[in-house]
This record gives sequence, structure tokens and C-alpha cells, in this order.
Amino acid sequence: MDRFMWTNGLLEMNETLVIQQRGVRLYDGDEKAKLEVGVVLLSTHRLLWRDLKNHECCICIPLSQIIFFEEQAAGIGKSAKIVIHLHPAPANKEPGPYQNSKFSYIKLSFKEHGQIEFYRRLTEEMIQKRWESTPASQPITATAGLKTGRTRAVGIVGIERKLEEKRKETDKNISEAFEDLSKLMEKVRLSVITFHTAAKEMVELSRSIASKIKDKQGDITEDETIRFKSYLLSMGIANPVTRETHGSGTHYHMQLARQLGDILQAPLEERGGMMALTEVYCLVNRARGMELLSPEDLVNACKMFESLKLPLRLRVFDSGVMVVQLQSHSEEEMIASAIDSVSEKGSLTAEEFGKLLGLSVLLAKERLLLAEKMGHLCRDDSVEGLRFYPNLF
Amino acid sequence: MSFEWPWQYNFPPFFTLQPNVDTRQKQLAAWCSLALSYCRHRKLYTLDVLEAQESPVFNNKKIERKLSVEAIQVVFEELRKKGNLEWIDKNKTRCLIMWRRPEEWGSLIYQWVSKNGMINSVFTLYELSNGDDTENEEFHGLEEWMLLRSLQALQAEGKAEIITLDDGKGVKFF
Repeated sequence: MDRFMWTNGLLEMNETLVIQQRGVRLYDGDEKAKLEVGVVLLSTHRLLWRDLKNHECCICIPLSQIIFFEEQAAGIGKSAKIVIHLHPAPANKEPGPYQNSKFSYIKLSFKEHGQIEFYRRLTEEMIQKRWESTPASQPITATAGLKTGRTRAVGIVGIERKLEEKRKETDKNISEAFEDLSKLMEKVRLSVITFHTAAKEMVELSRSIASKIKDKQGDITEDETIRFKSYLLSMGIANPVTRETHGSGTHYHMQLARQLGDILQAPLEERGGMMALTEVYCLVNRARGMELLSPEDLVNACKMFESLKLPLRLRVFDSGVMVVQLQSHSEEEMIASAIDSVSEKGSLTAEEFGKLLGLSVLLAKERLLLAEKMGHLCRDDSVEGLRFYPNLF
Repeated sequence: MSFEWPWQYNFPPFFTLQPNVDTRQKQLAAWCSLALSYCRHRKLYTLDVLEAQESPVFNNKKIERKLSVEAIQVVFEELRKKGNLEWIDKNKTRCLIMWRRPEEWGSLIYQWVSKNGMINSVFTLYELSNGDDTENEEFHGLEEWMLLRSLQALQAEGKAEIITLDDGKGVKFF
């Protein structure tokens, strides 16, 4: 923590903000720092931390001082953390909240998630080293303040000096080793990303195969095509939006809504433009695999469809049943199809209608009730159940 | 002469009170006209709700549907609003049904009286409803309370006056 120095929190001329994340607590080594929870900001040159309430309270370290950093996964009652190992503070460092510290690393504890995205951006910045190519107008205190030259000394002082130098040498070696490790980690990360894209391509490829099979019709039955397709569709979302990657709150729900928009388009078209929210919930969570979604988050994301101008809508029927439907899915058509089917058969129950259209009973009933509400159908409620008839009155 | 059932009588939804307001209005109108025409056909003047539920009007055995007591009460209430029905008791279990309103009966009687040139003559109520002269008229066999009400309606119009005779009531037409 003694590496930090006070700052006014303003960015320099050539410095740009990369990412910021709320709800971050600082740790001096393993101990909680004597600071509240605040906002951590990553710029092209520095890592800044600002108190949530008192904006005057703002501290920073230059990125050049970072040796190595690693993730620490969250546990029960513990937030995920990023551990940052730092070079020792230069002698001419400006004052900061800590005069000295026994630790050479700090931790960022993410109370409100967002650590994955932050880690990614920090990695990018550390690779690009933009602070070297475009130095900030006011040069930030450099690390190169180490003593040079060898002082001749004898006696105990001399031995002590030698030991000191040896220690420094070891420190340097460790730092280099860490840097190598960091490069290795980066390589691993890159290969993971390539794997993700490969997986995505694979899904797309198999989709095209599915459509080709469907076109040819060959000796594969419709039923089998559907089953094959359902396997492929449930294969998963390549990179699900999670609280870890996008933090909590509105931003998270917006991103989630966008992703839902992408993955629900095809299943909705297949099901006649409408799906019960429970059905959507199952489908989405199956596709997400491990990154399960809470019902609340799903509803909140669905509520965003309209403001994000996505072609989907969340609709609440009078009975309280919630469905996701395509915007193009018009009510008139829905009613017309209900009237057609009922007129054709003379009368229908919700079960029969559902079977006829391949809908769930719940949705079939909602459609019939809608048509009734518009005055196109009427009901016969007897011991045999609820049947709908064309409105002949 | 057999009673001719309307088409709705064989339409199962007819026996379920419709939740849609417009549909329900049409349904109730159909029920009102069915109930009145049936009562007229059978010359019924009083009805009991529970008994009515078992009568063929509200109970179609062929399609196994019958109107619930609540629905019957809704239909009766609708008839009351139109002036065709009056409850006898507070609990609304029995009612008087008037397939012609008193004013309509009154004018029918008055037409017959004036056609036969008997204005200014006096009739007993029994003569009007059960006399030989009125045998071919529609009001022949009208129950006394109904007849009295029709005459009261005429009296209000100034076309008749009810007088008390030794052995009952009489009426003089003007």
C-alpha cells in the first residue's frame, strides 16, 4: 500500500480512461486497507482508486510499477480479488496514505463483481504498455530511481551491503520469473479465446449442416432433424453474459437482454412467435450450462427489450402469465388463427387447441381467452371442462 | 301446438354465462325472449327459481346442459329491469312473470271493449277473464291479479274505473 500516492483524480493530457468498476475495496497485502469501498479506475497510465463519497480521497499508482498480477477466485462470503505485485516505491515518491508497508502487493476486492472484465482490460494495458509510447504530459514518477554504482565498503557494513545486493538480485530474478509467468498466462488466455471462437464456428457449421439436411429431406425424418437441431441449439452460448463479466445493475441486464435477443430469435420463430417465460428460462439456462441465470435477472432483462429496441417483447396476460413474443407477432393474426381453428372444429378446449398448434396448454388458453375478450369466441363451462365455440350470439 | 325452440337452445355456450360483456348482453336478450315466449306458450304466471331450473327451458336434456341458479337469477333480474317480472319474496326465489306488461294487457282489453261497442258498460272481472264472450281473446283465462293490474293501468290512463260490487270487483270502461 505504500506505493500509492495522492492524486487529484484528473487524467493527464495523453491519458485515457479504460474501465471503471464500483464497489472495490483495497487490501494492503492480506489486511484490509483503512479505506472504505470505492471506485477503481484503470487508465492507460495509472491505476486509480477513489472513495465513493469523498471524491477528494483519490490515490493512484503508475502501471509501470506493476510486476505481475493474478486472479483470486471468490469463495463463500468472500469476493473475487485481483492480487497485484508491485515494485518497491521509488525514493522520490510523492506522499500517499501509507508511509510504509510490510507487503509488496495489494489486492482489489470486487464486492459488486466485474473482476473478469477488469482483469481482461488490465492484461491488455499491461501488454500494450501505452504509457511508454505516449508519456503523459506531466511525467509520472519513474521507477528508475535505484541507486547505481558500487560503493566500496569493508567490515560489517560491507557484509551487510553485500547481503543487501544479493537480496536485490534475488528480488529481480523473482520479478523476471513472474514476468515470464505472466507471458505464459497470456498465451494460455489467448488459446482459450481461440477455443471459444472455434466452438462458435462449430455451432454455426453444425447449424448449416442441419439446414442442409432439412432441405434435402433425404431419408432423415422431420422428427430426427428436429432432434438433431435441438441438440445443437442446446450446445450452448459461447460466452454468456454474467455478473462477473459485466458487474451488477442495469448494464448487466442490458447486455443480458441483447444476448437473449440473439439466442431466442430462432426458437421463437419455430414456436409460432411466442414462448412462456418459464420455457424461455429453461431454454436459456440449458444453453448457458454452468452460468445459470436467476428468474429475477431473466425478467429484468426481458423488461429491457422495449427500451433497447430489440425485436422481442415481454408480455403479461390478464391472468398474470408472462410470455416472450416476437414484436412482429401480431395479436390480430393470433386471434384470427384461434377463430379459424375453432370454427373448423366446431368447438375446442385449450388442450385440443394446444395440440393442434403445438403450443403449451397455458398459451393456447391465453389465445382463446384473448379471442373471447375480443368477442369472437364464447365459452361452454360444463362438467366436461371449458370449451370454446365461435360466437354465434 | 308444440313450442318452437330457438337455435340457441341447442348451442352449449348458451348455458354458460358469458364473461364478455357484449356477448353476455346478446345472450341475456336471447334468454329473456326464450323465457317469456315459453311462459306465454305454457300460460305460466308465477315461477319458482329452483323449479324453473328443472323445467325444459333452463334444462336441455338433449345436450346435457342446464343453466345454473345464479345465471337464472341474472336472467330474471334482467327481465325485472325490463318490467316483465316481479319478485314475490325478498330472497328472490319466487316471482311473477308478465310476458305482457299490464299496460299491454290493458290496451288489448280496451281494444276488445271498444270494438264490441261496450264502452260505458260494467263488467265483473270474472266475466272478462272467463266469460263466453272473451273465449277467443288472448286475455281469456288471465289470472285475476294480472287482470286487476291491467285494469289499474287503464284506470291510470282514465279509460276505466274499478268498482266494488257485492260479490267481488267490477270495471266500467270510458
